[in-house]
Amino acid sequence: MLCPHRLTIITGHYGTGKTEFAVNLALHMASRGQTVSLADLDIVNPYFRSRERRDLLSEHGIRLIASSQACTDADVPSLPAELNAILDDRQLTGILDIGGDRVGARVLARYRPRILREDYQLLYVLNANRPEVRDVSSAISYLRAIESVTGLVCFGIVNNTHLCSETTADDVHKGAALAQAVSQETGIPVVCHVAHEALAPELTDLSPLFPITIRMKKPWE
Amino acid sequence: MAKELWKGNEAIAEAAIRAGCDCFFGYPITPQSEVPEYMSVHLPKAGGVFVQSESEIAAINMVYGAGGAGMRAMTSSSSPGISLKQEGITYLAGAEVPAVIVNCMRGGPGLGTIQPGQGDYFQATRGGGNGDYRTVVLAPANVQEAVDFVQDAFDIADEYRNPVMVVMDGLIGQMMEPIEWKPYTRRACAEKPWAASGKFGRGHTNIINSLYIDPEACDVHNQHLSRKFALMEQREVRYERVGCEDAELIITAYGTPARIALSAMEVLRGQGVKVGLFRPITLWPFPEKPLHELAGQDHVKHILDIELSSTGQMLDDIRLAVEGQKPISYLGHAGGVMPTVEEMVEAACSALKKEVK
Repeated sequence: MLCPHRLTIITGHYGTGKTEFAVNLALHMASRGQTVSLADLDIVNPYFRSRERRDLLSEHGIRLIASSQACTDADVPSLPAELNAILDDRQLTGILDIGGDRVGARVLARYRPRILREDYQLLYVLNANRPEVRDVSSAISYLRAIESVTGLVCFGIVNNTHLCSETTADDVHKGAALAQAVSQETGIPVVCHVAHEALAPELTDLSPLFPITIRMKKPWE
Repeated sequence: MAKELWKGNEAIAEAAIRAGCDCFFGYPITPQSEVPEYMSVHLPKAGGVFVQSESEIAAINMVYGAGGAGMRAMTSSSSPGISLKQEGITYLAGAEVPAVIVNCMRGGPGLGTIQPGQGDYFQATRGGGNGDYRTVVLAPANVQEAVDFVQDAFDIADEYRNPVMVVMDGLIGQMMEPIEWKPYTRRACAEKPWAASGKFGRGHTNIINSLYIDPEACDVHNQHLSRKFALMEQREVRYERVGCEDAELIITAYGTPARIALSAMEVLRGQGVKVGLFRPITLWPFPEKPLHELAGQDHVKHILDIELSSTGQMLDDIRLAVEGQKPISYLGHAGGVMPTVEEMVEAACSALKKEVK
């Protein structure tokens, strides 16, 4: 099982693909019969947020928790009160999609005491094609910065190395090597390798592989 | 070189640093805040100066000062912030100070919305400030172009001693795309003997000024500027044509709508509807002649202009270029609502009086 814990918290550097992973993970868990709530806690990015996929998620029985439209489009970094439902209701499987970097991860600090009481895992999404986290030391420094502002410990690394529609199996392999190196240095395990399902046949050597379909599309896609 | 994944706004900032940007002055506003954020971290490391100014007005006037001293200076903002900068831009043009101004456009008027828009076309191409001046306006449609055009903008600004704008809807600033860093080489004319950067034994004093109080002197200065603008019109026009050779319908669009139009074209071509895209890359100087000639071709029956604007603004330039040779329709939304592929297909079919399949 990919994410066996009740709460999965998804963090990482800007643009590593956290939201794409979060939405796909929620759909995957829902398809296994879990009651899933996805909390969009991105207070950093004005566009490309998981709340844009509210209809898709709701079709699959996934509850999306996000700030009201009025707050998000007014550029107010407010957090949704309904987040308490995920923290309180132990029958729920919760996914927390966090905005980029330590700045975005700061929203978690306020919930730290309550998160610590739950069965949770904090994941660090890594994309070796993002210049600011492409080598081991910079990837670790972003990881440590996220841990230090949240007061939470990272449980696993997600290799989500891609180049949007230009991604090849080589990209994913490059990311796997980086994730492995970060893992060796930190002792944090690599939880999975994410790749578009079309690339899966070329990635049989990577395990576990989490094949996804692209849900966060641009208006011309 | 291998491609990397960059966010539009960060890529613009990095492109400017690689083009030798010495100074950046700016103030945060969504959806462009990653430009100053990136600059604040990386420009000082590259030996440059970053100042978060107290306002947009202060930022553009800091650009005026630094540019006047011969520095490569830049500011960026989003629509309402660019409105505040207009006074500074006309002073830059009047005093012939090069500068790069990036507008990551959002919806208006007024505070509008933080979602993408193209309602600042008039402001950019007509000059939002006072007096007879022009700015070259480059409009990228993807992150790679945003990078390339910001670097070009520094060169064009230096070459003509004039402010240059790079305008893009917020989506291009916010989205992630693979880009390639090409080696950057400056255009000639890096020397700035006019700059107020210290006399160093020179016989005369360089003065940066837009005040020509004597009417005749002001007229002479304006004539000089207009010759410069005419030269830009001759040399700096850029545009792209896709599938126009046999097209019955020409879609005109720039930025994100041009990319959506390419998807609509695929659908339409699949249905046997001959559609082409004419994409102005410089909004000023507008590619008037090439569009005029294209509209005059027998196979072209209709023009469809598409913008992120409720009224249509580039539409005026399309009309001026087409000069009534062919009918023109318009499709547009404001407030960050994107025209969809389906809407474009429908508008194209309706323009050609064909049934939508």
